[in-house]
Amino acid sequence: MTQTGTRFPAMLANLNMLLSRYGESMMWLARYMERIENLARLLEVTEAFVRNPDGSPGWDSILQINSDEDRYALLYPLPATEENILAFYITDSTNPTSIRAMAHMARENARSARPLISTEMWMQLNVFTQSMMELSTPDIRRNGLSGLCNRLKQDCQTHFGVTEGTLYRDQAWLFYLLGKYLERSDQITRLIDIRYHTLLPGGETSGSPLDITQWGSVLRSAAAYHAFRRLQPVTTTPANVVGFLLKNEGFPRSLMLNLRQVDSTLNALSTHYNLRHQCSPLQERIINLRATLEDQTAEDIISRGVHEYMTYIQDELAALQADVSAMFWPVAPLTPQMAVSPE
Amino acid sequence: MNRPVLQSPSPAPVSAQSQASGTPPKAAAGMFAAYDTPDFFCELMRRTDPLPPSLQTVRDRLAGFDLNELRHRTSTAEAQLYRLGITFTVYSDREAIDRILPFDMIPRVLTASEWDHIDRGVQQRVKALNLFLRDIYHARHVLRDGIIPASLVLGNPNYCEAMVGVRVPGDVYVHINGTDLIRDRSGRFMVLEDNARTPSGVSYVIENRHMMLRLMPDLASGMPLRSVEEYGLRLHQTLCEVAPEGVTDPQVVLFSPGIYNSAYFEHVFLAREMGVPLVEGRDLIVENHRVYMRTVAGLRPVHSIYRRLNDEFLDPLAFNPDSMLGVPGLVEAYRRGNVTLANALGTGVADDKAVYAYMPRLIRYYLGEDPILDSVQTHICAEEEGLAYTLANMDKLVIKPVGESGGYGLLIGSQATQTELEEFRAKLLEEPSNYISQPVIDLSVSPTLCPSGVEARHVDLRPFALTGHNTWVLPGGLSRVALRKGSLVVNSSQGGGSKDTWVMAR
Repeated sequence: MTQTGTRFPAMLANLNMLLSRYGESMMWLARYMERIENLARLLEVTEAFVRNPDGSPGWDSILQINSDEDRYALLYPLPATEENILAFYITDSTNPTSIRAMAHMARENARSARPLISTEMWMQLNVFTQSMMELSTPDIRRNGLSGLCNRLKQDCQTHFGVTEGTLYRDQAWLFYLLGKYLERSDQITRLIDIRYHTLLPGGETSGSPLDITQWGSVLRSAAAYHAFRRLQPVTTTPANVVGFLLKNEGFPRSLMLNLRQVDSTLNALSTHYNLRHQCSPLQERIINLRATLEDQTAEDIISRGVHEYMTYIQDELAALQADVSAMFWPVAPLTPQMAVSPE
Repeated sequence: MNRPVLQSPSPAPVSAQSQASGTPPKAAAGMFAAYDTPDFFCELMRRTDPLPPSLQTVRDRLAGFDLNELRHRTSTAEAQLYRLGITFTVYSDREAIDRILPFDMIPRVLTASEWDHIDRGVQQRVKALNLFLRDIYHARHVLRDGIIPASLVLGNPNYCEAMVGVRVPGDVYVHINGTDLIRDRSGRFMVLEDNARTPSGVSYVIENRHMMLRLMPDLASGMPLRSVEEYGLRLHQTLCEVAPEGVTDPQVVLFSPGIYNSAYFEHVFLAREMGVPLVEGRDLIVENHRVYMRTVAGLRPVHSIYRRLNDEFLDPLAFNPDSMLGVPGLVEAYRRGNVTLANALGTGVADDKAVYAYMPRLIRYYLGEDPILDSVQTHICAEEEGLAYTLANMDKLVIKPVGESGGYGLLIGSQATQTELEEFRAKLLEEPSNYISQPVIDLSVSPTLCPSGVEARHVDLRPFALTGHNTWVLPGGLSRVALRKGSLVVNSSQGGGSKDTWVMAR
C-alpha cells in the first residue's frame, strides 16, 4: 500500500513540495543581499550628508538607525570614529551586521539552497562573497568609501538580476521574493528614520535650504531622486518626500509597493501551492499593516511622529517574519494528518 | 524566412579584424619532445606497436599543442572550477577554504576493448559482492562451506548485526559501487580495492568532461567519446527500482551530512542531476516507523534514501548516540521495509581489506566463474602457505593488518630498516591471522602537465557501477593522478589531481 495514494489527495502528492529548510534559506539569502545593498546606501549617505553639530560626519546616527549601539559599544570605544565605524560595518566578522558577516551568511544560505539555485546565481555569489571575505581596510582606503559602496550596490544588483533571469519560478522563488520585499520594507523605514533622527543639526528648521538639500540626498541614496522630481517638479517638502518613500505605488523601494508585493507573494503561495492554511494569518497581518498606511496622509504621519510609525512598522515586519517561521519551518512539525487541510 | 533580430543603432561596428587573433607557431618537436618514456606502463604512449587508432589521434593532436597554450587553458580551467564552486571545502575555525581538485588537461584514454573488459569485470564483482552480503546476513552458506573464515566476517567491525535476517528490495545491498583499478607494468588491470559504502568522486567524472569539452574542443572534436551524461538519470532510476514494494511513485532524496561536509559539492551535484531534494538529518523525521521530510506544506513521505553518511551516523537510536547528523528511528523504519537505504547498512564488511583477499574465491563460489579482473596477489597470513611466503619475502612485500582501516600499521618492506623488519616479524608471528601481504605494484603512468613540462605521473581509475534491477557501469571513471614526481599516492589530500577519462566507443 502506498502512503501517497491513501493519505494525500492525488494533486497534493504530485506537487513537489519545498523543504522547509530550503524556504528558510531562500528567504534569508534575499534578505541578506538586500541588507548589504541597503547598508551600502546608508553608509554612503552618512558619509556624504550626515553631520554632527560641529560639522563632522555623524557616524553615531547609523548605529541608532540599525539599533547597533550596544553591540558597537562592546567592541569599540565611544564616541564612534569613522575608522571604527567602517571596521564595525565592513570588515569585522565578529559583528553580525557587518558586510563581511552578512556576505558570509548570504553565502551559507546559498550553499544550503544550492541544489535549487541556478549555477549562474551560485557563481556570481561565490565570487562576490569571496571578495568580501578578502576585503581589507587598505582596500577601502584606496578606493574610498563611496567607491566601495558603489561596488557593493552593483554586485547586489547583479545578484538580483541573475536571480530574476535564471531562478526557476516555484515555491523557492516565492520565498526568495518574500524575503526580498520584507527586507526592502524594513530598510526604507530605516532610511526615512535616519533623516528624521539626525540629519538636521541643532538650530536648523524643517523646510530650510539645508533641510531641502538633505532630503534630496535621502532620495538619491534610495535611487529615488529623479522619479521624485518627475512627480514633484517644483516643491520639495518633508511631507512630499516622506509621502513618496512610504506611499508611492510606483517607486520600487516604497513601503506601499513592497507591502503589496509581500501580499501578492503570499497570495501566490496560498493559491498555487495550496498553502492557504499557512498563509491566511500572515495575509491578515499584512492587510492590517497596509491599512494603517493607506488611512494616513504623509502629513498625518509626520504630525503623529515619523519615528514612532517607523518603529511600529519595523515591529510588525519582525512579527510577520516570526509568523512565517512558525508556519513554514516550525520547530515541532505538524503530523502528516494535520498537514492536510480538510477540504 | 526569419526577420533579422532587431538591434539598437550601433555607433561604430566592431571590426572583424580587431577580433582576429594570431595563432602562435607550433613547436616543431611538439610537447612530448622531452617526455621521458618511463619504465612503467604508459597510458598514452604504450609500448605496443602500432598504437590503437584512438590513442594515435589523441597523441598526434596533443603533440601539436604549444606548452604555453596548454598552461593557459589549465589556469582558465582552474579559475572556472573555483568560480563554479566545484570544490571541496576545508573548514578551519571561522573560515571556509574552498579547494579545487587540480585538473590535468591531458585526458586518460581507454580503448573500446579495454573498457569492455573493465565493464564485464566490474559487473561480475558487484554481483559477487551483493550475493556475498545477502548470504552473510541470512543463511551464511559461505561460512559453513569454509570459503572464508567466519571470524573474519562475523568478527569484522563493519559487520552489522541489525541487518541479520532483514530482506532488502531486489536483494541489492551495494547500489552504488566504486572499484579502484590500477595497471601493472604490463598494462594488466587489477582491482586495488572495492568501495561499497559511500564511494565519492563521480561528480568530478562529469564535471571534468564538461570542462574538457569547453576548453579542449579541438582535442575532442570528432572523437568517438562515450557520454557520461546519463549518470544522474540512471542513479534516480536505480533508486526508484529499489523503493519499498508497492510504492508506485517513490520520493527519492539524497541524505547529506550538510554544508560542512567536504564532499558537499558532490551531494549538491547529484541531487540536482537527479532532480530530488538534498536533505539533512534535521529535514527528516520518523513517525510510526515511516520516514517523512519537513516541507513548507508539512510532512511528506520519503521512500528511497541515497545516503552519503556512514552507517554509524545514520541513527542515534541504533548506532552512535552522539550523532547530531542522523535521524532517530531511521534504522528501524528501514528494517521494517518502509524505506530503502542506498547503499544498504553493513556493506562495509564486503569492501574490507581482509575480505578483499578472498574475493577471487568468492566470485568462483557464488558465480562459478573465474574473476574477469585480477586482484593484486594477496597472501593471507592466516593460512600456512601465505604466512611462510610472507616471512620469506618480507623485504619485498607490503604487509597490512586486516582489522585496521586506512593504511594504519602497515609495513613497506623495501623501505624498512632491519630492526623494523625484525619487530614486524615478531608481531606477525604473534597473530598471523591479523595480516595479509601484497607485492608492491608499479602503477601505470600518464603524460601530465607539470611545472617543468609534460612528465609521466602515476594514475589509477575508479569506475562507478549502479545496481537496481541490473548493474550498469558508467563508461568513464575517475582517473586520479599523483602530481608529485614518483609518488604512488593519488589521494586528493596528498597532492592528487584528476584527469578526464575518455572511453572510446570504437
